[in-house]
Amino acid sequence: MSRQLRGPDYLALSDLLTEEEILIQHTAHDFVTAEVLPIITKHFRDGTFPATLVPQMAQLGFLGSALPPEVGGAGLSAVGYGLVSQELERGDSAIRSFVSVQNSLVMFPIFTFGSEDQKERWLKPLARGEVIGCFGLTEPDVGSNPAAMQTRARRDGDGWVLSGAKMWITNGSIADIAIVWAKDEEDTVRGFIVERGSPGFSAPDMTGKLSLRASVTSELLLDEVPVAESSRLPGAAGLGGPLNCLTEARYGIAWGAIGAAVACYEAALEYAGERTQFGRPISGFQLTQEKLVWMLTEITKAQLLVLQLGRLKEQGKLRFQQVSLAKRNNVWMARVCARLAREIHGANGIMDEYPLMRHMMNLESVYTYEGTHEMHTLILGEDITGQPAFT
Amino acid sequence: MRICVLIKQLPDTGSALKIRADELWVDEDNLVFSANESDSYALEEALLMKEAQGGEVVVVSLGPERVGQVLKDALAKGADRAIHLHDPAWEVLDSLGLARIMAAVLKEEQCDLIFTGLQSDDTGDGQLGPMLAELLDMPHVTLVVETELSDGRIKVKQELEGGWFQYVTAQLPVLLTIQSGINKPRYASLRGIMAMKHKEIKAVGAGDLDLPADQWVAGRTLQRLYVPEKTKETVFLEGSPQEVGAALVDHLVNTAKVF
Ligand SMILES: Cc1cc2nc3c(=O)[nH]c(=O)nc-3n(C[C@H](O)[C@H](O)[C@H](O)COP(=O)(O)OP(=O)(O)OC[C@H]3O[C@@H](n4cnc5c(N)ncnc54)[C@H](O)[C@@H]3O)c2cc1C
Repeated sequence: MSRQLRGPDYLALSDLLTEEEILIQHTAHDFVTAEVLPIITKHFRDGTFPATLVPQMAQLGFLGSALPPEVGGAGLSAVGYGLVSQELERGDSAIRSFVSVQNSLVMFPIFTFGSEDQKERWLKPLARGEVIGCFGLTEPDVGSNPAAMQTRARRDGDGWVLSGAKMWITNGSIADIAIVWAKDEEDTVRGFIVERGSPGFSAPDMTGKLSLRASVTSELLLDEVPVAESSRLPGAAGLGGPLNCLTEARYGIAWGAIGAAVACYEAALEYAGERTQFGRPISGFQLTQEKLVWMLTEITKAQLLVLQLGRLKEQGKLRFQQVSLAKRNNVWMARVCARLAREIHGANGIMDEYPLMRHMMNLESVYTYEGTHEMHTLILGEDITGQPAFT
Repeated sequence: MRICVLIKQLPDTGSALKIRADELWVDEDNLVFSANESDSYALEEALLMKEAQGGEVVVVSLGPERVGQVLKDALAKGADRAIHLHDPAWEVLDSLGLARIMAAVLKEEQCDLIFTGLQSDDTGDGQLGPMLAELLDMPHVTLVVETELSDGRIKVKQELEGGWFQYVTAQLPVLLTIQSGINKPRYASLRGIMAMKHKEIKAVGAGDLDLPADQWVAGRTLQRLYVPEKTKETVFLEGSPQEVGAALVDHLVNTAKVF
């Protein structure tokens, strides 16, 4: 038999993938099963990031995987990259978030907007996991509307001085470098590489999260932080810079969400087959079957969606609105899957022995970050009607 | 240094096996295949040795088209090239025939080390390694659980019965059969997977070898493959506790012969 994806593949999508893509999925799948699943519940419970996974993920090529080998990447196709995201999120959204940020929000902007020196200095260490990055766009008062950004970059001699505050920054306090977006004196958005330890720069952790507990989320405080001109991303001017990065990250999330849904579906299918009530396994009841079938159908549709999204990306034909459609749909369906799977587990479903509540809680963040569900609705609404409804 | 690793492809251990109608093998349709477990450890040991000492790892497998998958898996993990032995004439082989074919191929390779798994998990013969070593006129060590290479010699730890071990040293070239658990087999890295398609898989058939056809005719043939048939039946002993006790001891000693 030809090679098959691991996990649900109801429409035989394996047949549409290259052998490399299937092997990539196997590596990521097996890695998650053996290395992530055994430790993730404890990290979620304790609110700690499993840093020990970073060198392993770097070794396997998960960091910068879609970039060319010359800069430390693995040269994956867009679909290959998506499959890795999917499998990592089958483990936990926190792990996929870590990898998304490092890839799409740190390595991608340096690769796309960075100078030769910046690429030379940062990309390979980022790929090796020796340098960790974060991406600072959101602010305490600025979420869905980044154009209202308040962080400022003031020219100062040959360099710049940054002041302001960022919030909700994944990897913030463990990052060696932060890609910080700020407006210059002409109100143009600029990107800067701010190094940990810069005077006036700090990254206190945000505590009390009930979602993405195995991910680090921090504030970035910028109190007159001096940054050299050589640390400004020369290729980025305007909001298009960060928005391009977000399209990359949303692409990975559209795939990733399927992983969370699959984890919930597989758990529910197994549980329903084992749990007996009224003298038969609960999988034998029509109401349970309807839930399982709903999950499998939505997962399959989502798989088809991202596969075509990936092929469009590979051909350079992908529009950001199409990414919005996939992010919006797939996170939504994953969120519903988590609830249905929890219902099937009955009382057991609320225990962290099972992965349902963990995924359910994680998906609340995923639903909101990288453009809320509503923002993607508005992006698509504008695209099909020609009428922006943001304000 | 050149290390050759022999890998056999088997139905994945998680597979539900169905016996074929002719009762001579399992039904292979819709089965997922993977590398024999101890062969994966053998490959990892070779890759570790190459990384420490330099050299080349060549993987070899005999079997139909699908066997290309385990060879590619090995290339993706870091093996340098592969040899796929494939010929309709080799469909039914016994260990000796297989060893002769392997010997004919590996003779050309001039390996410093040959690794095989301890045994294949389907028929469990464990014979190929020792036979192949004899045919190539090199020493072999079986059941290897640790290796240490230095100055053209290898020191290996060998597992014995009853929790005992012994250390053996051998001059290269040597053949080792590797026990599962000796290392932690790696996952294929993404870079390795992308590099795979640029590596050579050489196809070798019967016509490519300097080996007469009578050399692989199976001297041993499989008669019938079957799920163990239930032959035991439950005996209920009746009577007083004393009678039942005596009957039970009598049964254990004289019928079941457990003492
Ligand atoms: C765990 C986590 C990690 C994150 N990591 C990062 C990171 O690494 N870097 C980073 O920069 N940011 C990060 N974020 C921030 C994230 O991108 C923002 O939370 C997101 O953009 C939404 O902004 P907000 O929370 O301020 O919500 P708001 O923008 O205040 O929105 C609140 C609600 O109002 C709705 N709403 C807003 N405007 C409209 C409108 N015009 N029409 C209809 N409804 C509207 C929204 O859809 C939402 O439901 C992270 C967030 C979380 C939770």
